Amino acid sequence: MTIRFNDETFRDDYTFHNSPEAIRRFPFPFDQDSYMYSVNLEPHAGGRAGSPFQNRFDVDEHYVAEMKDREITLAEDPLRCQSLPHMELAGWDFLELVMVSKSEDYPELFTLNRDGDRWHWINRPLGIEQRFTFLDPTTLPCGPMEYITRQTQGDHALLDQRDGNLWMDAGMVTSQADWSLDFDIGMNFYEWHAPVPKAHEMGVFQRALKFLLNLQQGAPVRRLNWTMTVNPRLDTSPENYHKWGPEKRTITPENVGAKQHLRVELQTLWRLPRSNAIAFPIRCYLMSLEDIVTQPKWGRRLHRVLRDLPDELAEYKGFAVNRPVIVDYLARFDDGADTSPGIFPD
Amino acid sequence: MSALELRVAAVEPLSPLVTRFRFEHPAGAALPLFSGGAHIVVEMPDAGVLRRNAYSLISDPMDGSGYEIAVRREDAGRGGSRFMHTQVKPGDTLRVTAPINLFSLDLRAKKHVLIGGGIGITPFLAQLRQLTRLQMPFELHYAARSRAEAAGLALLPDLPQIHVHISEEGNRMDLGAILSGQPLGTHVYTCGPEGLIAAVDDTAARLGWPKGALHSEAFLSPPPGTPFTVTLKSGRTIEVGPHQSLLEALEAAEVEVNWSCRGGACGRCETGVSACHGRIEHHDHWLSDEEKAAQTKIMPCVSRFTGEMLTLDL
Repeated sequence: MTIRFNDETFRDDYTFHNSPEAIRRFPFPFDQDSYMYSVNLEPHAGGRAGSPFQNRFDVDEHYVAEMKDREITLAEDPLRCQSLPHMELAGWDFLELVMVSKSEDYPELFTLNRDGDRWHWINRPLGIEQRFTFLDPTTLPCGPMEYITRQTQGDHALLDQRDGNLWMDAGMVTSQADWSLDFDIGMNFYEWHAPVPKAHEMGVFQRALKFLLNLQQGAPVRRLNWTMTVNPRLDTSPENYHKWGPEKRTITPENVGAKQHLRVELQTLWRLPRSNAIAFPIRCYLMSLEDIVTQPKWGRRLHRVLRDLPDELAEYKGFAVNRPVIVDYLARFDDGADTSPGIFPD
Repeated sequence: MSALELRVAAVEPLSPLVTRFRFEHPAGAALPLFSGGAHIVVEMPDAGVLRRNAYSLISDPMDGSGYEIAVRREDAGRGGSRFMHTQVKPGDTLRVTAPINLFSLDLRAKKHVLIGGGIGITPFLAQLRQLTRLQMPFELHYAARSRAEAAGLALLPDLPQIHVHISEEGNRMDLGAILSGQPLGTHVYTCGPEGLIAAVDDTAARLGWPKGALHSEAFLSPPPGTPFTVTLKSGRTIEVGPHQSLLEALEAAEVEVNWSCRGGACGRCETGVSACHGRIEHHDHWLSDEEKAAQTKIMPCVSRFTGEMLTLDL
């Protein structure tokens, strides 16, 4: 497999774009014509060839540009990456998981040679070669979690497990849907989910937590989450709301197809071996409405989902202000025909 | 449950009642590493009955060349430990689950105090290796009645942080002395008989320890009891024998139930009760006191029933 990495930006001039292949493999999150919260976890054990579910850590045409964007965000705000002192072992566990997975799944892009604790890592797309001693942080330029998450698409949280709960005690968060690691660090599962409407009364978090506390090594799980973002911006953080919040007001019937993006998170959860922590990568995929409607099934379905979504969910996901314009635009691509089951395009 | 088929590489008696077993991958592949305090569930095909018992891993968590467990023979038990002692030979193949940890170290601690009584030493054997590797301050206290019964002696490394208390030799463990004077930020972990866990909790409370710094292995074997019958939604009835757990009876009847620890700690097998005419004997550490009193949920791995009729949401 060869991947041509895009030269593109996720801020200022927003030159981000999806190739026709990237459109076809987009993880469209709706398997039916309506949406409500559920504990929609399934085993993360491969998936359709070419889809983002196929490999343990998906690498796509946006890889190099996303890592550049992360570097910019981190330079402006180093608190996007934090690890409480007891999480270093979990950081090593995660580094191992990513390096082993990527070198096995993308041998032409990544190589890992191990001789006991002496490791040799080659990342060709980013031009990195590093020799280091596993579990010895003085042999890396930064902590193990920061080191590997500067080379891995998506945000990443490391959750400590204790007292029958999960605690967000480390993370790298630069492409988030309006939440802040600096605010959430040290919180438990119920605390960091407190702002989500409706789901608490449905018992969703209690069931999900019970499931995750029993998550087994070698049996990762995944789910899709989604929201809407104006312009293809990765860093929609509370810290920078002043930069992207006003952009929501720039949507017009003329530009909505190009500027309004569906933002999908492929979330995976992994039990880590030495630390017993859970790694929680949150991988973000962006696609403009005009790219979505190139797949007729998706155009019809997204129209129905957004039209019928309860108000508080549209409010929480931050697009209530633009919902009428979005729904009007999508209505042009919904001929009322039935849609086939599942998320994949016809 | 993801399972591994492993070869029994060694069987070594440590004391008249306790035997060590070592498992390795049949093709010599590395096994998943784990964290100190983790257990595996071993499947035992015993003359037509599939037994499953959980055992703490006692080997080095950072060593994937094999898994080791120490099994105490319980002749009054349900037969699993007897099977391990009498039937399992080097070269046999057994199915075990991937490691699961319900008793992990709190890595925030400034110091770790490990207190093991009898066979309760097992989870600490792996934890002390992890602590040594991570260069974290710890001390371990191992209490046993007599030197002959103290199987753990053969498994403990010779380290100054390790203290052995043999009550027969007049060297009873003094919990007050152990728990007083520990530095702030110390966490204490207890595994052993219920009485030992309660004594540590009482002593710690008296000395003003914060509850969050106390950890205990709430693991237990399914207790025997009188036979009883449960009814499924379909109206089908299942008989539970005196030395059988409800979970084992359901499995023998091919009724599917999720499970993980099989010791009343993980919550995975929680099952709804739609009608209860009698009393559920809750033995688990999962349900809250209110949930237990309501009699609308049962943990079939360890809990039993007495009375006229118990109908499960299965």
